[in-house]
Amino acid sequence: MLLEVRDLHVEFHTRDGVAKAVNGVNYSVAESETLAVLGESGSGKSVTAQAIMGILDMPPGRISGGEILFKGRDLLKLKAEERRKVRGQQMAMIFQDALSSLNPVLSVGEQLGEMFVVHRGMSRKDAKLKAIELMDRVRIPAAKERVGNYPHQFSGGMRQRIMIAMALALEPSLIIADEPTTALDVTVQAQVMDLLAELQRELHMGLILITHDLGVVADVADYIAVMYAGRIVESAPVHEIYKAPAHPYTKGLLQSIPRLDQKGQELYAIKGLPPNLLHIPPGCAFNPRCPMAQEICRGEVPPLFEVAQHRESACYFWKETLDAR
Amino acid sequence: MRAEQGSIRAGGEPILEVIDLVKHYPLTQGILIKKQVGAVKAVDGVSFELAAGETLGIVGESGCGKSTVAKMLVHLEQPTSGAIKYKGEDITKLSGRALKAVRRNIQMVFQDPYTSLNPRMTVGDIIGEPYEIHPEVAPKGERRRKVQDLLDVVGLNPEYINRYPHQFSGGQRQRIGIARGLALNPEIIVADEPVSALDVSVQAQVINLLDRLQAEFNLSYVFIAHDLSIVRHISDRVGVMYLGRLAEIGTDEQIYDHPTHPYTQALLSAVPVPDPMAREYRERIILHGDVPSPAHPPSGCRFRTRCWKAQERCELEVPLLAVPAVFRLTDTAAAHDSACHFAEEKQVVPPEGLLEVPETEPVEPGAPKEPGGPGEPAAPDDATGKGDGPAPPSGGAHAD
Repeated sequence: MLLEVRDLHVEFHTRDGVAKAVNGVNYSVAESETLAVLGESGSGKSVTAQAIMGILDMPPGRISGGEILFKGRDLLKLKAEERRKVRGQQMAMIFQDALSSLNPVLSVGEQLGEMFVVHRGMSRKDAKLKAIELMDRVRIPAAKERVGNYPHQFSGGMRQRIMIAMALALEPSLIIADEPTTALDVTVQAQVMDLLAELQRELHMGLILITHDLGVVADVADYIAVMYAGRIVESAPVHEIYKAPAHPYTKGLLQSIPRLDQKGQELYAIKGLPPNLLHIPPGCAFNPRCPMAQEICRGEVPPLFEVAQHRESACYFWKETLDAR
Repeated sequence: MRAEQGSIRAGGEPILEVIDLVKHYPLTQGILIKKQVGAVKAVDGVSFELAAGETLGIVGESGCGKSTVAKMLVHLEQPTSGAIKYKGEDITKLSGRALKAVRRNIQMVFQDPYTSLNPRMTVGDIIGEPYEIHPEVAPKGERRRKVQDLLDVVGLNPEYINRYPHQFSGGQRQRIGIARGLALNPEIIVADEPVSALDVSVQAQVINLLDRLQAEFNLSYVFIAHDLSIVRHISDRVGVMYLGRLAEIGTDEQIYDHPTHPYTQALLSAVPVPDPMAREYRERIILHGDVPSPAHPPSGCRFRTRCWKAQERCELEVPLLAVPAVFRLTDTAAAHDSACHFAEEKQVVPPEGLLEVPETEPVEPGAPKEPGGPGEPAAPDDATGKGDGPAPPSGGAHAD
């Protein structure tokens, strides 16, 4: 297994109290595999990724428990210096907003080349050639002429490709993409996702795709982990989850997508609002919004039940949810 | 409900008519003596009609001019040329009292509920502010009660009237924005990406609210969004914009199931389908390059620089938004306005039944094989024997 997250807990100390952003997350990614982490804002999907990358703001954040095993080593036990060697060389991240993730006062060539200078000890001249090669690889037209351009001179789609180029520079074995196409238009989104999938195939990378878009997930993922209030509520191979969700939250999300045969009717809507992380409801965090909630759901946090092989649901009524299609 | 609206549309006068609307933002050079050196052609000749009780969806990518159109409809921007006729009267020429009276009837709901509400005003003040400008709608003593009624209508607790925007979540704030839009009992609501900033589970709630309000107050919507599935759900008719112009316009069925403009086809094919089964069936058209700058749009057809069908004619001749000649005499769903010289029907969104049960693909007669797709989505496993298949495929998938 390339990456294994075990029982990860992250909390943030704020003025109003402790916000429990991640409450015992488990997931794993193998080589050449795509895991989609699906969740709404505040579900803890990005915080988990930041903890894996080691770029969590600490303080106010704090990893209060768990292990992150990368190729068998627990990253949380590494010294800062060793951690730095892993980050960038062996795992890399693609951020949502390319414009604010790139340095506006350095040319893209310098930013791409920096990777080689710092990690590989290359000369600036060689690094520049490498940068051009990378830009070619992510299909930026006229890479040679554009290597000296600054981020603002590129369009949104091209900037996101430069981010991808930067993440791929040192051929890492794991890529974490945090909403890589959310800020892009659909036609550009299709270009970027295609590119990412192609490069992943070529380099046999593991990919963690963090998103809230059920469409993007269906397009590229092998496995899905659905997060809600800092926990994984359902995980399954992609085909099975769309066919028959085993958690009412996943089911609600899938049902709320407008479908052709429902035109003119009310859309199914999950009632209520996502919980405040300072006051997560006791028991199952989804229970105040859940149509199936019973007394037991308000008592104890449901464990992950094994629904089928490689398939888990954190719902006491997963069987009923599966059956009631 | 929708069928009724259809008949209104067929017989009635349009409540809003937009004719050849143009908005150019000048590009100037020089500090003291400003010289105009060009113009950003944000909107460049857009025409459409909106019937009473109808929802017109406008889709397009960022920079296509859809938001500029919205701003002109509510008179936040003055068009460079063209007319916006509200019940036959051109509102772009109005001023003073006459304009004020018209503006009451066309209200807007904004995209971002975090920046479109004044953080220093209470919800009551925000929703009640339109009454300060139009006191004839509600006399002073009645305003508070009216605001509370509105809160109730949009599904918020009327007791929240003294709270501030930051005390609400995104979805609730958008409800406040909608309540403000409704305050003056308008006939038309222009909604510019009203759900894009909301979480998926909350989007459906707001869409349902808009749908319910339309039936309750007989509103007409201009619904601008980039999420094609939501637009389809809520709209009676849909217009597709590209670089300041309408590429195609028609009923939702005509646009989604029988698109004839290559841009619409590419746009539809690029939308991720929330069904992993679709991976094998979908034929995706990946467009190359980026949208050209609206300051220097291409000559002729604006889409030609990214179009796989482009020929010399596209460079020389601007295609008109009209029913393409090939379909003019036919009575199919493809016969709707499309601004393309080489309009051709192409089904890009697989019919839903096809996704659920892998049946053998109904062969589209004469469907050309475009670059970028395998064009042979035959199911690997023979699943034709399944008994629970949808309606027989001969039921009229194509009417020609």
